[in-house]
Amino acid sequence: MPFGNTHNQMKMKYSSEQEYPDLSKHNNHMAKILTPAMYERLRSKQTPSGFTLDDVIQTGVDNPGHPFIMTVGCVAGDEETYEVFKELLDPVIEDRHGGYKPTDKHKTDLNADNLKGGDDLDPNYVLSSRVRTGRSIRSFSLPPHCSRGERRAVEKLSIEALASLSGDLKGKYYALKNMTEAEQQQLIDDHFLFDKPVSPLLLASGMARDWPDARGIWHNDNKTFLVWVNEEDHLRVISMQKGGNMKEVFTRFCTGLTKIESLFKDRGHEFMWSEHLGYILTCPSNLGTGLRAGVHVKLPNMSKHAKFEEVLKKLRLQKRGTGGVDTAAVGGVFDISNADRLGFSEVELVQMVVDGVRLLVDMEKRLEKGQSIDDLMPAQK
Amino acid sequence: MASSFTRVISGRNTAVMLAMGAGTLTSGYLLSNSTEAAERRKCYPPSADFPDLRKHNNCMASALTPSIYARLKDKSTPNNWTLDQCIQTGVDNPGHPFIKTVGMVAGDEETYEVFAELFDPVIKDRHNGYDPRTMKHPTDLDASKITSGFFDERYVLSSRVRTGRSIRGLSLPPACTRAERREVERVVVTALAGLKGDLAGRYYSLGEMTEREQQQLIDEHFLFDKPVSPLLTAAGMARDWPDARGIWHNNEKNFLIWINEEDHTRIISMEKGGNMKRVFERFCRGLKQVEHLIQERGWEFMWNERLGYVLTCPSNLGTGLRAGVHVRLPLLNKDPRFKKILDNLRLQKRGTGGVDTAATGDIFDISNLDRLGKSEVELVQLVIDGVNYLIECEKRLERGQDIKIPSPVPQFRK
Repeated sequence: MPFGNTHNQMKMKYSSEQEYPDLSKHNNHMAKILTPAMYERLRSKQTPSGFTLDDVIQTGVDNPGHPFIMTVGCVAGDEETYEVFKELLDPVIEDRHGGYKPTDKHKTDLNADNLKGGDDLDPNYVLSSRVRTGRSIRSFSLPPHCSRGERRAVEKLSIEALASLSGDLKGKYYALKNMTEAEQQQLIDDHFLFDKPVSPLLLASGMARDWPDARGIWHNDNKTFLVWVNEEDHLRVISMQKGGNMKEVFTRFCTGLTKIESLFKDRGHEFMWSEHLGYILTCPSNLGTGLRAGVHVKLPNMSKHAKFEEVLKKLRLQKRGTGGVDTAAVGGVFDISNADRLGFSEVELVQMVVDGVRLLVDMEKRLEKGQSIDDLMPAQK
Repeated sequence: MASSFTRVISGRNTAVMLAMGAGTLTSGYLLSNSTEAAERRKCYPPSADFPDLRKHNNCMASALTPSIYARLKDKSTPNNWTLDQCIQTGVDNPGHPFIKTVGMVAGDEETYEVFAELFDPVIKDRHNGYDPRTMKHPTDLDASKITSGFFDERYVLSSRVRTGRSIRGLSLPPACTRAERREVERVVVTALAGLKGDLAGRYYSLGEMTEREQQQLIDEHFLFDKPVSPLLTAAGMARDWPDARGIWHNNEKNFLIWINEEDHTRIISMEKGGNMKRVFERFCRGLKQVEHLIQERGWEFMWNERLGYVLTCPSNLGTGLRAGVHVRLPLLNKDPRFKKILDNLRLQKRGTGGVDTAATGDIFDISNLDRLGKSEVELVQLVIDGVNYLIECEKRLERGQDIKIPSPVPQFRK
């Protein structure tokens, strides 16, 4: 968003030191990587749509971070951001994504047939399964930077494409600004409705401008496939259902995504994707697959075990509360999902979740019976 | 490549792109899609970008029309501040059915000229018909003209006058770069270091103050916090917090300056009790000295004949002055005529926590409603006369006597 940044040339009359942000109390990826010399080299550049270095880093300057949580601290305003500011973003990506190098290539695999198993997670423990990702529409600016006209164009294209879905994917679009009270309540009860962001991480990057203009939710009649339009990314695509049949969730996810992609292509649009970064999204943390596959799973005993964190780490899994990121677990029920996004394909990540959750449930069952889990301890993936 | 590109982009981007040079242009263009991206971005007609203001209730939404938007959309100030940036806060904050907010801000002094087609009607709406095209704003900081400026302290607990000042040549808080904001801080802090006598004091940078200093400033009700109001954050004023923000106050703790909060500077003179004349006298003296000290170094305040002192929010143009008291009026508060009396006296009541707070007990914050079209002396006198009238009403009610609604205070000097 062009707060104070559209006049980038005007800023050049001040020296780089005069403009350099005070990052002395900061703890985010951007603050770790940015140096005065780098700032000096990059500050005169901008992407073709006018996104500048200060635009990229504003959220990281405004949100020093937390001593324990390492946030990214930068966002992209368009696809070209990742090229024009690669000197900053490549090391940030490397830091965030476990050593992913600027020369690495990311593989995309949305063939659900390649997933082994995953249809038999014990529903006595696994309460629900969900896969989400994001997609950006090439040639449009991203949420931190887009104009109202662009955002509305993204919405219009999305509505048209989604309206063509059929069969079990047939559904309806609810624009945030037009929905009735009854529709709103229903969407809240279904846990589908997203709200205007309140997190300062998002607000500082300008993603909430013009709310709720051109924002909306689409879902299929079965309520198992859901698309968010113009929240933190152009599109967030979610497949979910109760129980432990992750295979079915992932299959619907892949089918739906592939169908949506071809519907966009029919209309002359494609998703932002590159060989190096995979699917391109607003936050560098969501590059690659942008995929979070997770379950809500009951692990009251396992979660109290001394080695719980270690096991998760070895399995490349992450735990959250059932309210999502930054919430606490309730009643021993955890949200367990893949920690990685980039450098592994979609199938590989979902496989990790499926195999990892199966193991965690086995461990839980052992602990329930008072048995040891030492022989089940996994190797580092 | 440059010529085909500049053809499709708007004026401000043209200047920026041409100035960037071939090297950076090349590095900014690595995909053939990127030219396409820029072209598509600029292919939106004004109607595609016109905000949806149907649920909005603020001065900007009342004044903005699609044709005004179309005419102003591609303009920018010399600092490259645009219309969309002015109105973003009003688009993001539809307003309240009862409170009409302004809904737009200035990024620099030139904003009020370049976007006059929208700002002038908003100013007229907000400032009771003041027409910047035809009227002149009077500035008068001669405190000696004030009469009867000492209130009955059985009723008035404290007196305060505040205003804002902007440093000419530097962008305003919604638009300023970090370097500009730091420059504002440097200019003002250097000037304040030159104050002497009862005005001598000290600066506390928000980012560097100790825990103890912070607690002290909180206890004294001096400390300002990072804005949480979406009206302010949507306008970009809280960027880079707390960089280059701070508080200066004199040793006697009755003259206080906020740096880089909602405006470059906010100047406050206050004290316990009812001596509004002394508060205003110190206010004028302090302001004049600060102005003199910055002029010595080649700086000046933003001011013009049309709009008086230029500040970030159009609601604070003219004097930017709010003179007020904390006053006890328990009986008058219960009288149904209270609101009408205040209206006619051109006064406003707030809770003692400031704007948008509720009154506690029977103590109110009473201050002038107007900012533009009357001078500082006129407004302070109006507050003095008005508060004296309110106290008179309270005393009459105490004695069981009846009170009268005063006739309305006249509007602008003709």
